[in-house]
Amino acid sequence: MADIMMTDRLAAERAPALKRFARGDAIFRWITRLAAYFVLLVLGGIIFTLVEGSIPTFQKFGLGFFVSDAWNPVKGEYGAFVAIYGTLVTSIIAMLIAVPVGVGVAIFLTELCPLNLRRPIGVAIELLAGIPSIIYGMWGFFVLRPILQDFEQNYLVPAFQDIPVLNTLFAGPASGYGMLTAGIILAIMILPFIAAVTRDVFMTVPPVLKEAAYGIGCTTKEVVTKVVLPFSRVGVLGGIMLALGRALGETMAVTFVVGNSHRFSASLLQPSTTISASIASEFGEAKDELLSTLFTLGLMLFVITFIVLAIARLMLMQMNKRAGS
Amino acid sequence: MRFSTLLQAAAFAVVASIAPAQAADISGAGATFPYPIYAKWAEAYKKETGNGLNYQAIGSGGGIKQITARTVTFGASDIPQTPAELEKIGNAVQWPMVMGGIVPVVNLDGVKANEMVLDGDTLAKIYLGEVKTWDDAAIKKLNPSLKLPSTAIIVIARSDGSGTTYNFTNYLSKVSATAKDKIGNAASVQWPVGLGAKGNDGVANNVKQTKGAIGYVETAYAKQNNLTSTKMVNKNGKTVEANAASVQAAAANADWAHAEGFNLLITDQPGDGAWPISASTFIIMAKEAKDPAASAEALKFFAWAYKNGDKLADELDYVAMPANVKDLVMKSWSSIKGADGKSVVN
Repeated sequence: MADIMMTDRLAAERAPALKRFARGDAIFRWITRLAAYFVLLVLGGIIFTLVEGSIPTFQKFGLGFFVSDAWNPVKGEYGAFVAIYGTLVTSIIAMLIAVPVGVGVAIFLTELCPLNLRRPIGVAIELLAGIPSIIYGMWGFFVLRPILQDFEQNYLVPAFQDIPVLNTLFAGPASGYGMLTAGIILAIMILPFIAAVTRDVFMTVPPVLKEAAYGIGCTTKEVVTKVVLPFSRVGVLGGIMLALGRALGETMAVTFVVGNSHRFSASLLQPSTTISASIASEFGEAKDELLSTLFTLGLMLFVITFIVLAIARLMLMQMNKRAGS
Repeated sequence: MRFSTLLQAAAFAVVASIAPAQAADISGAGATFPYPIYAKWAEAYKKETGNGLNYQAIGSGGGIKQITARTVTFGASDIPQTPAELEKIGNAVQWPMVMGGIVPVVNLDGVKANEMVLDGDTLAKIYLGEVKTWDDAAIKKLNPSLKLPSTAIIVIARSDGSGTTYNFTNYLSKVSATAKDKIGNAASVQWPVGLGAKGNDGVANNVKQTKGAIGYVETAYAKQNNLTSTKMVNKNGKTVEANAASVQAAAANADWAHAEGFNLLITDQPGDGAWPISASTFIIMAKEAKDPAASAEALKFFAWAYKNGDKLADELDYVAMPANVKDLVMKSWSSIKGADGKSVVN
């Protein structure tokens, strides 16, 4: 009986404290919940602003906006074709260079590199991935572009001028500003990114698989191409898509060297533009139709990157599932 | 105890943040071209009177947007507004504040500043893509003594909307019918050739870094960046350099008195010494002052700049307005009135 009274008293003493804890927990829960909802609110707000800003463009130009290469502020005629084309072509050039090199770096790091070199190179790659894009842009503008201008003028254009297709793709006059330079800068930017993700994915390959392969007499090349790559294929693709997402949206580095011109040219050496470069260089003074046009370009970039990143996430999720099983 | 100190600190912070606002900083926004001189004037003015100027160099278009929304006391633009446009801004008045020149700059090995000569027609043809290489007959004819390479001309223009482009294309339209038809006259145009760079400093940088390039910038930017300026053949057929004297000569013939709302461009002016691509930069203010005290303060600053700012302008390669234009402008200020219908200047 005394015991029960004791517990009752204890419980009565504890009750306010417990209540306080519960209240604290509730407050904490609500703060974090609001933070999470806030992200959704921001995302929704951005989508709403982009869509609202784009309506005048769609009303005026309709779907022809996407295939028209006009960009005439005097007459108020705009089309998105050159910006979309420039965005895709610069990203494709970047992927063509960065994917083989980046995957190569990852293979070297995980399979071939001496152990004491592995860490320094790995850290260097992570540092490279963290360099702000404006630095790449400045380097591209002051160092790479003049070199490329020389190279293109003296070697590239003369070398290809009699070969069909290539003489269109590399038609002069070369200024060093254009999709090729932008693509190369982008490649350098996303290379460490691809290398880092791919290395992490390669690490998930169970050592027992590789050891078994070596055990039956496989060469390193065979282990990489027949065991490591097939096992981690989906993850590597996911990493590449993440890098592609970054390349598509990259602004400053591209604006420096792409030439910012809305004139269509099949030549990779001619000035062009990308979606993000157009927005960056024209938004400040834009009004009326141009402003709405830039909003529409922004919406398109949003949609394109969203799709690419969604695919990347899906692939990486699949990869994780497999690694977990 | 701790709480009360916190409260005191907060109260102090609030008071401190209100206090500077009472000193009535003048707020303005707009063109980047006059920013260096406005900043210099503001610094000197603050030293003399204690009143500061808060000027945001966000571009002419932005300046017009902000004065339309009345978020600033004055807007600044390199593009004079037509009476109809001033009406759109909402019963506004504009006047020219200071002038400058726009100069073609090139990057060619062995060619120094003011060695190359261009005329309006050739300049237009370069920007139309009709003159493609530096050894073209049109350029050779104007520069018989220069050794010109056979490399391609890399044409650089502004990628953003700009008052500089507006004045530059205005000049091209005046001297070339083809340019008027194919390029037009606007703050942002579709160039048939070349590449784009953002801002006066962007064009200056691109020309400096690119061999075989040509661009156009305000004279101050050409000087600061050590760019190779070219001479131009003016309306009278005389070859002139871009400098304060030649811009002044271009302004001498401008008939400000008969230009309604000071809507006047000074490109391609007659006169033996006149620089052909001269430009003025404008201030725009609301006639019905939202805050009469602020408007009066702003006008005091502009009057001060007209009276004391010429030397500073000259140091930065800007050209002050002629005295008779200043008088005309200051008379026009009586149209800026408070809610009581009284002029804010006394």
